[in-house]
Amino acid sequence: MSSTTVPKAKFELKMGVATREAYGQALVELGRSNPNIVVLDADLAKSTFSAKFQKEFPDRFFTCGIAEANMAGIASGLALAGKLPFASSFAVFLCDKGYDQIRMCVAYPGVNAKFVGSHGGISIGEDGPSQQSVEDYALMCALAGFVVLNPSDEFCARALVHRMAEHVGPVYMRTGRPKAPIIYGPDDKFEIGKAKQHGDGRDAAIIACGLEVGYALQAQAQLADEGIQARVLDMHTIKPIDESAIAQAAQDCGAIVTAEEHLLDGGLGSQVARAVARTHPVPMELVGIQNTYAESASPDQLMEKYGLTAPYIVKAVKAVLKRK
Amino acid sequence: MSTLAVTPGQKTESIAELKRRANRLRIEIIKMIGAAGSGHPGGSLSEVELLLGPYFRVLRHNPKDPQWANRDRFILSKGHGCPALYAVLADAGYIDHAVLATLRKLGSPLQGHPDKRFLPVLEANTGSLGQGISVGIGMALAARLDKKDYHTFVMVGDGEIQEGQNWEAAMFASYHKLQNLTVIVDYNHQQLDGFLKDILDPAPLAEKFEAFGWRTVEIDGHNLDQVIPALETARQETGGKPTCIVANTIKGKGVSFMENNPEWHGVAPKPDQVAAAIAELEAAAKTL
Repeated sequence: MSSTTVPKAKFELKMGVATREAYGQALVELGRSNPNIVVLDADLAKSTFSAKFQKEFPDRFFTCGIAEANMAGIASGLALAGKLPFASSFAVFLCDKGYDQIRMCVAYPGVNAKFVGSHGGISIGEDGPSQQSVEDYALMCALAGFVVLNPSDEFCARALVHRMAEHVGPVYMRTGRPKAPIIYGPDDKFEIGKAKQHGDGRDAAIIACGLEVGYALQAQAQLADEGIQARVLDMHTIKPIDESAIAQAAQDCGAIVTAEEHLLDGGLGSQVARAVARTHPVPMELVGIQNTYAESASPDQLMEKYGLTAPYIVKAVKAVLKRK
Repeated sequence: MSTLAVTPGQKTESIAELKRRANRLRIEIIKMIGAAGSGHPGGSLSEVELLLGPYFRVLRHNPKDPQWANRDRFILSKGHGCPALYAVLADAGYIDHAVLATLRKLGSPLQGHPDKRFLPVLEANTGSLGQGISVGIGMALAARLDKKDYHTFVMVGDGEIQEGQNWEAAMFASYHKLQNLTVIVDYNHQQLDGFLKDILDPAPLAEKFEAFGWRTVEIDGHNLDQVIPALETARQETGGKPTCIVANTIKGKGVSFMENNPEWHGVAPKPDQVAAAIAELEAAAKTL
């Protein structure tokens, strides 16, 4: 895929703060209202923004050093003893290095511990593939009982951190490194497992999560200019997926495109496809990372090169419309 | 077998009585694993005194109130040794003795490895090795945050010490001065594939923990006169250090054909072997 073949989208969104920063803010809010909140990090607190919590509540913050496996086990022990732990690190280290511990000590016994992986996807940019988590949805969705979230903007992130704390059971949230376009406002309400619908176009549905929601909205605007009416579903909860919103979209639109900053193996597209197949089978196209690891470059360059920007969503919508 | 109700802080049985109880527990373990047709006899038999010491003399717990918030926590990180833990929990009054015969059977609370979904009195699910100390740290931190004085004990196998996570945990516990945490190493010198010295020898164990900032003590893990004081001391003020009790044990202890034979790590005795083992343990009981 070459970036030159696709024209740039014209619909621009206003940028807000990164979802990781919203996580840090929400942690502080939680810390003030709930003395049971304990926060753990693995030497990335400044990057995950859990350092905001550390600053205000140093006694309830533990940096575990660069030791994610130990951190996941500690989170389990804290939760088993009645605390409400949030453990964060880069998504790739938290999920990949802590996986056995999260499975064994959190998912399997159904422990009420929360995990937040920042710098998800390839939009971390220049640091390259060793730091780019492109498999965290799949890994965390494969843990029985886990809720898996990826907010699209700061307001969504902040609200979902509060929902995480209220939910009894294990939850994983991916946050992102770059500034995220502002999609919502402070009064928007978010519920785990309930998609947010943008527009009620009936030609096609674009189901996206995380940073892809911004691109999906750009694509929606561009398609509208061309007379194609699409609706966008912000599927901030990847598991449990909002099957009824997906079924409704399939029924109303008859064609679905998914968009995710993740490998196409086992991610949002797979979850949506399962719901579509089960409820109302319609043609689908999947936008995501195609069986490869990315490279070092600016976030914008990478999103373009690996086919994740609005023009690629537009292209996918046009392709799926031909199969209707 | 009588059920013993342990009330907080109560010292209930003499060492001589505990020795007889250990012998009866070994018979129970052989029967359980024999009936299940699978399981881990070697490491179950090696840890009997290391479970009796806590549950009958040192742990602050109450079988009538298993979820008591200020109870001491005990985590069996070497989850495959659970038949011994189940038998001790039955003797302590947490499990009906009749349930012991259901080990590893469909729907049993006595799963092949400890599973608190089925047996809520367990403090943690274990079975993937090397993780118990981290979970114990979480509990010890929670105790400190909640200003409670309960103690957390974690029993680990010597083989699982090979997992790197233990050393992440060892660094963390001493750095945070978790004197309310004690690790008991069931040092039986064997693992599934053979002797530690032929696989990846973690020796010298006590020195390693000491270098990581722990208070350490080496004992004979079958001698209750050493086990109980070591545990009691660990529960006291230790100058801010977590304690590691390196307990030298014999894998398969009490059954001559299992002792020091790695073949008995994870193989159930056949009916004739069950009978021979019980006969030997019953004969030994007469000398106690």
